Amino acid sequence: MTTNRRRWRDLPLALAMLAPSLVVLVTFVLYPLGRAVWLGHQRCDPTGNRCSSNGWDQYVDVFRSREFQQAFGVTFRFALVTVPVGLALGVGLAVLADKQLRGIGFFRTVFSSTVATSVAVASLMWFFLLNPSVGVLADWIGGVAKNPGLLRDEDTALWAVAVSSVWANLGFTFIVVTAGLQSIPAELYESAYVDGASGWTRFTNVTVPMLGPTLLFVGVVLTSRAFQSYGEFDLLTGGGPNGSTTSLTYLVYGTNSVIKSNDGLQAAVAVLLFVVLLALSILQIRGVERRIHYGD
Amino acid sequence: MATSTLPRGWRAAGRYGLLTAVAVVVLFPIWVMVVGAFKPFGDVLQDPLLPTSVTLETLRTAWRDGNLGRALVNSTIVSLIVTMAQLVTSVLSAYAFAFLRFPGRTFAFGVFLATLLVPFEATVVVNRSTIQDLDWLNSFQGLAAPFLATAFGTFLLRQVFLQLPKDLREAARMDGLGHLGFMREVAVPLARPSLGALALFGFLSSWNQYLWPTVISTDDDWNTVQSGLRTLSQAQIDKPNLVIAGTVIVALPIFLVLLVFQRQLVRGLTAGAVKG
Amino acid sequence: MPIVADVQLRNLSKVFDGVTAVDDVSLDIGDHDFMILLGPSGCGKSTLLRMIAGLEDPTTGDVSIGGTRVNDVEPKQRDVAMVFQSYALYPHKTVQANIEFPLKVRGVAKPERAEQARSAAATLGLTEYLGRKPGQLSGGQRQRVALARAIVRRPAVFCMDEPLSNLDAKLRGETRAELVALHDRLDSTFVYVTHDQVEAMTMGSHVAVMSRGRIEQVGSPQEVYARPASVFVAQFIGTPPMNVLPPGTVEPTEWLVGVRPEHVVVDPDGDVDATVTLVEHLGHEALVHLLVGEAAVVSRVDAAASLPATGDAVRLAMPPAHRHRFDPSTTRRVDP
Repeated sequence: MTTNRRRWRDLPLALAMLAPSLVVLVTFVLYPLGRAVWLGHQRCDPTGNRCSSNGWDQYVDVFRSREFQQAFGVTFRFALVTVPVGLALGVGLAVLADKQLRGIGFFRTVFSSTVATSVAVASLMWFFLLNPSVGVLADWIGGVAKNPGLLRDEDTALWAVAVSSVWANLGFTFIVVTAGLQSIPAELYESAYVDGASGWTRFTNVTVPMLGPTLLFVGVVLTSRAFQSYGEFDLLTGGGPNGSTTSLTYLVYGTNSVIKSNDGLQAAVAVLLFVVLLALSILQIRGVERRIHYGD
Repeated sequence: MATSTLPRGWRAAGRYGLLTAVAVVVLFPIWVMVVGAFKPFGDVLQDPLLPTSVTLETLRTAWRDGNLGRALVNSTIVSLIVTMAQLVTSVLSAYAFAFLRFPGRTFAFGVFLATLLVPFEATVVVNRSTIQDLDWLNSFQGLAAPFLATAFGTFLLRQVFLQLPKDLREAARMDGLGHLGFMREVAVPLARPSLGALALFGFLSSWNQYLWPTVISTDDDWNTVQSGLRTLSQAQIDKPNLVIAGTVIVALPIFLVLLVFQRQLVRGLTAGAVKG
Repeated sequence: MPIVADVQLRNLSKVFDGVTAVDDVSLDIGDHDFMILLGPSGCGKSTLLRMIAGLEDPTTGDVSIGGTRVNDVEPKQRDVAMVFQSYALYPHKTVQANIEFPLKVRGVAKPERAEQARSAAATLGLTEYLGRKPGQLSGGQRQRVALARAIVRRPAVFCMDEPLSNLDAKLRGETRAELVALHDRLDSTFVYVTHDQVEAMTMGSHVAVMSRGRIEQVGSPQEVYARPASVFVAQFIGTPPMNVLPPGTVEPTEWLVGVRPEHVVVDPDGDVDATVTLVEHLGHEALVHLLVGEAAVVSRVDAAASLPATGDAVRLAMPPAHRHRFDPSTTRRVDP
């Protein structure tokens, strides 16, 4: 049969073309996830060897543990602050710079600039700024900022890390939202203008709904980043003081983590992190998608 | 309208004022960092905001103590390997999904899609032992391996390939071109803007990797710039601006790269967000 | 070297997901013919062309070119070139590189293919555009580049899929004449798909009229116009289309009677009663719309003649020599 032969004819070439990607993705993404799920019910000795089954209810134990609950709370609060604040600031900057003015290119470059800083660069920069002995910000703010320092106080450490994170992500949000603004057809603004809508009305009735898909995308990316944040905590606070900045990822990988050399428990937390992120993305996309307008 | 009661010139001035104020706030940490990097160790404690004394000594010490030259070379090599590999693997798999008909295509596509849902941070535990088993700790291949292929690049390029007119492939068939020839002669050249965006995006994400090199490079000689900064910061707690000098050295090259390739960056970052 | 480039289609069918696009078509296209595949959109004409080119595999039946069965031969080896409706030029290559490309793929040495490309470009008046890219050309120029890319290979068979449909009316008229001249100059057989009857009538040496995956009639343009083989052909070719009246309206027979508008004459001595419903003035002529019993009829008359007014009762003459009779059950032509 001619049609059947054609169906199979491309297969060898297709396999050859997909093989490089598949090998990498299966070895370093899918297999590790499967393996982590399995490892999650194992208990290992401190060298990471001689693992043995501890029963699948280890997941439940981990989930109920004080350490996990605390790390989950830290991560959740961190996301709850950084995502909306980062989004609002990014949109604000993008709207502010979305005008054809002389020299606007310079301001756009400045607002985009934090995209060039890696998590390590941004974190160390803020470590320096918040350092009570150097005192750039400490002198201005005073109080806790001077002694023991915002990063060393249990009540302020998480929010200080959040400031650094919001600043570091600002460039990314600004760039994507600016591109989103530029894809809104000018006629929409013109017709709203002709209808007599004020600046704020145009913003809430044209800009925000047309920006829907962009905001959803940025929101999902920022949430996913917030939940996976590791470098900020590692460099700024080391999970401290007193566990107040031990996020889920820091609980798994951190130098000071209580489960540092237990592969089984680390895997269990990593898998729970995956589940939380998956549920969160689905919720976000489901919830927002109903209320946004796609461009075409 | 309330806003139009102000004269045009005042409104423009107001907007410039606001823009400038925000720019100052955004740039403030960068300014403090640069000023700190050029100060001698002692002075930074007195007057951190103004470049009252300028020296290259702090930068030189950071370069030497942090072994940053070696780290820059490592990062550059790893990022170039990752970028090249991502281009090749993404082009090949995207082409297969866009132009080939074969049994199991939907399933294979589903496998690629599924990898997008797995946070990298959740796989590091197992990947570390995989790399250890391969005896690739402290090596370029160990630092690069997990990032040699990306479902993101595959989806991006598949979309580009699908938007090529169908007639082009058929004209090429009439001209006598097979799939590999069509890919090389037509599909890849026409996808060049997206390839540029993907390359920059891949380079940047590889350069900025933090967790992975701290796990894989147990020997300081194999630090990338990010894990090198970590080593520097842990060793030099008492000299705060030495670390800041290190961050300037690390941030500068990528800042220049982004300044040159702004357009590709915007395209790469917005690939998933903005339609049309 | 004379190439024999006749094309034979034997019982060719193509089914897409249960939908029959081409239904048991047999057709002989002679060497150096200019064969037009004419029909409305969705009639299967493009699919038929693509099976000749090798871009689609027949579900059943055979395609032969020059006496050789080519069902399993890749397009590349069929000695067939194709011009697409969208032109399908490579946007990143210059005109020169576009025209050379089929030769490059076939391994022709660089100086030789450059020479051949220049000569093909000269034939189509493209010499001064060789260094440009397709994006810098007008629609008509792009269309000629597509033609040049096809003729540079000197193919035995030339397939064209509505190549003029993206041009404006004036350019289309000029290009029709150019294509006929090109056909005269080359040794190739042309197979040309269109839905435009004017292109079919002015360019083709033969016309195959298609409907619903089948060929209704094959013949010279004159034959197809003068002696349509079915009601479909009768009404598809000619503007306005042929009037087809139910049995018994014009003559006491069991056949459908077809009369072209120019052969419907308003004549007091005529033998058919009619009522005028509308008169359209088109400048050099006028169309008189009438009702004969229940049937609508159009008459084409000289605009200088005295015209009836809407609502007038008139008599029509339809000369027997210009009547076409069709079987009402099969809709096929009855007269020899």
